[in-house]
Amino acid sequence: MTTLDYLIKGVALPDGKKVDIAIANGVITAVGSGIKDETKNVIEANGCVVLPGLVDLHTHLREPGREDAETVLSGSRAGVKGGFTAVSAMANTSPVADTAGVVEQVYRLGQEAGLLDVFPIGAVTRGLKGEELSEIGAMADSVARVRVFSDDGNCVSDPLVMRRALEYIKKFGGVIAQHAQDPRMTIGSQMNEGEISARLGLKGWPAVAEEAIIARDVLIADHVKSRLHICHLTTAGGVAIIRWAKARGIDVTAEVTPHHLLLTDDLASSYDPVYKVNPPLRTESDVHALREALADGTIDIVATDHAPHPTESKECEWQEAAFGMLGLETALSIVQKTMVDTGLMNWNQVSDRMSITPARIGGYENHGQPIAVGSIANLVVINPTQKWTVDRDLVLSKSSNTPYHGHELPGVITHTFFKGYATYNQGTVSSNGGK
Amino acid sequence: MRHLLSIADLSKSEAISILDTATELARVSDGAVKKLPTLRGRTIVNLFAEDSTRTRISFEAAAKRLSADVINFSAKGSSLSKGESLKDTAMTLQAMGADAVVIRHSASGAAQRLADSEWMSGSVVNAGDGTHEHPSQALLDAFTIRKHLGMGASDLSGLSVAIVGDILHSRVARSNVLLMSLLGAQVTLVAPPTLLPVGIESWPVTVSYDFDSVIPHVDVVMMLRVQQERMSDLFFPNAREYSRYFGLNGERMANMKSGAIVMHPGPMNRGLEISAEVADGARSVITEQVTNGVSVRMAILYVLLAGGALEVGSN
Repeated sequence: MTTLDYLIKGVALPDGKKVDIAIANGVITAVGSGIKDETKNVIEANGCVVLPGLVDLHTHLREPGREDAETVLSGSRAGVKGGFTAVSAMANTSPVADTAGVVEQVYRLGQEAGLLDVFPIGAVTRGLKGEELSEIGAMADSVARVRVFSDDGNCVSDPLVMRRALEYIKKFGGVIAQHAQDPRMTIGSQMNEGEISARLGLKGWPAVAEEAIIARDVLIADHVKSRLHICHLTTAGGVAIIRWAKARGIDVTAEVTPHHLLLTDDLASSYDPVYKVNPPLRTESDVHALREALADGTIDIVATDHAPHPTESKECEWQEAAFGMLGLETALSIVQKTMVDTGLMNWNQVSDRMSITPARIGGYENHGQPIAVGSIANLVVINPTQKWTVDRDLVLSKSSNTPYHGHELPGVITHTFFKGYATYNQGTVSSNGGK
Repeated sequence: MRHLLSIADLSKSEAISILDTATELARVSDGAVKKLPTLRGRTIVNLFAEDSTRTRISFEAAAKRLSADVINFSAKGSSLSKGESLKDTAMTLQAMGADAVVIRHSASGAAQRLADSEWMSGSVVNAGDGTHEHPSQALLDAFTIRKHLGMGASDLSGLSVAIVGDILHSRVARSNVLLMSLLGAQVTLVAPPTLLPVGIESWPVTVSYDFDSVIPHVDVVMMLRVQQERMSDLFFPNAREYSRYFGLNGERMANMKSGAIVMHPGPMNRGLEISAEVADGARSVITEQVTNGVSVRMAILYVLLAGGALEVGSN
C-alpha cells in the first residue's frame, strides 16, 4: 500500500457528485469514497468543487524584455493562485518570440519556476510586423513544441500573410490565434466607439474593425481548410459570425476574457486607465451576447489576456496609458460571478471552457484531463460559497493593474495541484514548485 | 463647487449663478480700477500642456483682476516637453502650494485625472481637454448669447442655436451642447456625417447635414474651426468643398433671422469655415466673446476659490 501525498475529502466533482480524491506520485490514484490509505496531507473539502487545473490560452508574461511588469516566475505565481496549471505565454515580448531560441528560453523559464506548465506561443510574423512569416517550423520542432501562433497585440492584417500562415501550420496541426483588429480603422483608438466615446471625446474603436477581420478570416480558414482561433472576442456581431462559421463547418474556435464578460465601456467615464484594454470594453448588450455564446458553446473558452503593466503605464492620462489588465488571479471568480451564479453555466461547463477545451485547442497533453484514476493530478479546488475582496496591493503579479480592486468576488480557490503537488495551498504559493 | 471639469457636473442654477457672477464682475472690468482684492495671496497655476494663447491670456487676466498670483506653466521649454508625467507635474504644483490649476491638455480627461487623483489638492479648472470639453468657453458663449438675446431672462429658453463644423473633434461643441440644452436652448448640429460622432443619437440635439435649411431658423450660428490635420484624413474631399457646404459666407448670412448672431471660439480660418465678410460683419460677436471670456473666467475662479457666487447687485 502506497502512502498518499494528498487525500481531498468530500469534494464535489464538476458534475456535482461528492467524492474523495487520492493523489500519489503525481497522479490520481483513486476517486471514490472510503479511501483508507495512509496519507501525508488530508484536505477537508466539504462544500468545495474540484475542476481539472485551469488552462489559459492567452497570457502575457512579459519576459524577456519587460521584467519590471512581470516575469515567468511572478506570472506563474499569479497563475497558481488563480487555479491554473498551464498558461500560454504570448509572443509579444522583447525580443519577440519569433525564433526557436526565444520560445525555448521562455519554456525553460517556465520549467525552472516549476509551478505550472508555460507553453510559449510563437509569433506568426517576424517581429510581429505582419510582413514575413517567423520561424514557425523551427518553433514547432523546438523543445517548446509550439502549436499556437499569434501576433497578439497586432492583427495579422494582410490577408495573404494570414492565408499563408493558416496553410503553413497545417504541416503539424497548429493553429493561428488571431487578434482581430483592422489596423486602419483603429488608428489611435482608445475605447469602444459609441455613445460613451462620443461623450468622452475619446477616439472610438468600432466593433466593425473586429468583426470585419473575423469574417474575413473564417472565410480564409474555410478556403484553405485550416484551424483558426479568434482571440478575445468582444462583440455581439463577432459572436454571430462565429456561430455562422461553425454552422458551416469551419474549423474555428473563439475565446472570451473574464473582463469582457463583466465590465462595460461606461467605466471609461472615470478616465481611469485601469479600464483601458484592447480590444476595449464594450456595451451591456455585447456582454449579454458573449455570456450567452459562452454558455451555448459558440465561444469555446475563457482566456485571461492577463496583461501586466508597471504603475507608471497606468498612472497617467487615458490616451497615454498602456492597454491591458490583470486576469489570472481573478478569472475563475469572474466566471463564477458572471456565468455560474447567474445560472448560465454549471461547473461541468466551467471545466470545459477553462480547462478541457483550451487544453485541446493548444494541444496541451496532461491538461484538461478527466478527474479519474491514472490522470496526472492537475487540479484546482474552489470553495464557491466563500467570497473574497480583491486588493491590488496583494496580487501576486508584479503589476497591480487589476480593474477589480475593492470588488467582492465569489469563489475562493483553496488549492491548486500541479502534477500531484500543491502549488497553491490556502493562500500560500509553494516556494519550490514541484521540485 | 470645487472643480470645473465638465458642464455635465453643473446644475442649471450653478450655471446661471456663474453667469450672474460674471455679469457683476464685468462691471469691475468696465470701471476705472479693474482689480478686485478677492483672491489676494492665492496662487493660480496656468498649466498649459498644449499651446493656446488666447485661453491662457484670458485666464491670466481673470486671475490678475481678482488679485491672485499667477504662475504660467507652458508646454514649450518646460518639464512637460521633456517627458515629465502629469503626475509629477501635479505633485510639483502641489508642493508649490497652488490653490487652483487651470489646465489645458491634449488628452481627453486630463483635467478629471488631475482632480480625481491624490496628486494635488487644489481646485482644477478644465481649460480644454483633448476632444472632450471646454467648459469655460461654453460659459462665455452662453454669457454672450444671454447678453444679446436673453431679453432679461436668466436662461436661454426659447432660443435656437446651430453649432456648425467639426463636432467629432470639438471640445467646444461638447461643452456647448450640454450647456445650451441645460439652459433651455434648442441645439442643432450641422456637419458632414464624417465629422459627427457615432453615438450622437443620445445627445439632446437635432442633427442636420444641410446648413442652408437650418440657417433661417436659428438665433445663433456658432462656427467651429476646421483643424488643418483634418484636411488630409478623409473627412471631406477638400477644403473648398467643405467651405461650399458648411462655410458661413455673406450669402448664407443674408438668410439668417433678424437679430441672429454669429459666433466663433477662435482662432478662425478666414475663407474656410467663415468668410471675412461675416467675421467682421454686423452680426459677428466674435471679439465680444473674447472680452466676455475674461469676466466669465473671473466668475469661475471666484466661485471656486472665494467660496460661492457673488450676489447680484453687490459691490
